[in-house]
Amino acid sequence: MSNEINFVIDGVEVTGKPGQTILEACDEAGIYIPRLCRHPELTPRGSCRLCTVLVNGRPQAACTQPITEGMIVESETEELNENRRNIIDMLFVEGNHFCMFCERSGNCELQALGYRFGILAPKYDYFYPKREIDATHPDIFIDRNRCILCGRCVEASRTVDGKGVFEFVGRGPERKIAINAEQFLKDTNLKITDKAADVCPVGAIIKKRTAFTTPIGKRKYDKKPIGSDIEEKRKKD
Amino acid sequence: MAKPKIATAALTSCFGCHMSVLDIDERILELIEIIDFDKSPINDIKKFTGQCAIGLIEGGCGNEENVHVLQEFRKHCDILIALGDCAIMGDIPAMRNNIPLKECLDEAYLNGPSVHNPEKIIPNDKEIPLCLDRVYPCSEIVKIDYSLPGCPPNAEIIWQALVAILNNKPLDLPYEIIKYD
Repeated sequence: MSNEINFVIDGVEVTGKPGQTILEACDEAGIYIPRLCRHPELTPRGSCRLCTVLVNGRPQAACTQPITEGMIVESETEELNENRRNIIDMLFVEGNHFCMFCERSGNCELQALGYRFGILAPKYDYFYPKREIDATHPDIFIDRNRCILCGRCVEASRTVDGKGVFEFVGRGPERKIAINAEQFLKDTNLKITDKAADVCPVGAIIKKRTAFTTPIGKRKYDKKPIGSDIEEKRKKD
Repeated sequence: MAKPKIATAALTSCFGCHMSVLDIDERILELIEIIDFDKSPINDIKKFTGQCAIGLIEGGCGNEENVHVLQEFRKHCDILIALGDCAIMGDIPAMRNNIPLKECLDEAYLNGPSVHNPEKIIPNDKEIPLCLDRVYPCSEIVKIDYSLPGCPPNAEIIWQALVAILNNKPLDLPYEIIKYD
């Protein structure tokens, strides 16, 4: 069996390895596909659907779809980017995302995607849902106002930490992150060194006493859009 | 030809966005070469003197007077800009949006730890604008033409947006000046 798989994305020929997903192969080739729930060290879930691309004309999540020889992938189309923008808009209005006092602001992946897509304001009306905060743990707090239900903490706690501190409960608009304890986060075996405390793309799970250490202007996405580290790989070649 | 007019207002907000308008520094001299300020807290003109080209709205609608002012602005301004996160999404004042109004008033006037109110009066004079059940983003009350995010928006985004709109150009804002915080 060949150790190379060739496919085309947006007219660019890419060579990947067997077993790679579209997203992984494109990352290596320096082509950025927007994504939110995907974390490079965790099993992809395909839950946010931001990375949806057209594979031979059919929509597929690039983070879960393996590459195959000769596939034609479209990503940077007007329609797909419009869909992505809509997903970002909806995530903003479905939660309570107060960037101005959020500890993650400037390093937040949701916010960074808003910036990358040049979103000045969501096009939908805000929900202002009532969500719960749990700050009982000595080192970590969870603020569900900012949660986008990406599932990274669930996955990290289960597979990396081997604990299962977080889990989804409820369906539809009632869906939320629950914790594996009678009541409070302090009653779980979550530790500050756990992967689960480290992977939140937004400000929902924050380590205490780490906020606002980087001045405005030097934060991760202040000057460069999210994905530019990947895109720079291609420019160098 | 008369210069186009700009009107501004602050609704439920902290006035920070207006401070940011002044933050364009000496460019304000350039600005008043091409526009006149109409009704605005900057010049303390209380009433519209005529139709304005641009209305800048800071703040969301937290009481009935805010709604009235916003509707007046929509009537008198060709282009209405939601300036800052309060106007766009309610921002800090909207933190009360999922708490019943009565609970908010009770906490502010009766139960708060620093409250001294022996007669237990919650202000209800008819001169005081009535609080709405929640804080409404401007776009839920009237049509908004442009939104400039930020808390406050930086002077650069305000300047570049005004220059583009006054010159009938599309907003082509650089990455670094679009911020939500």
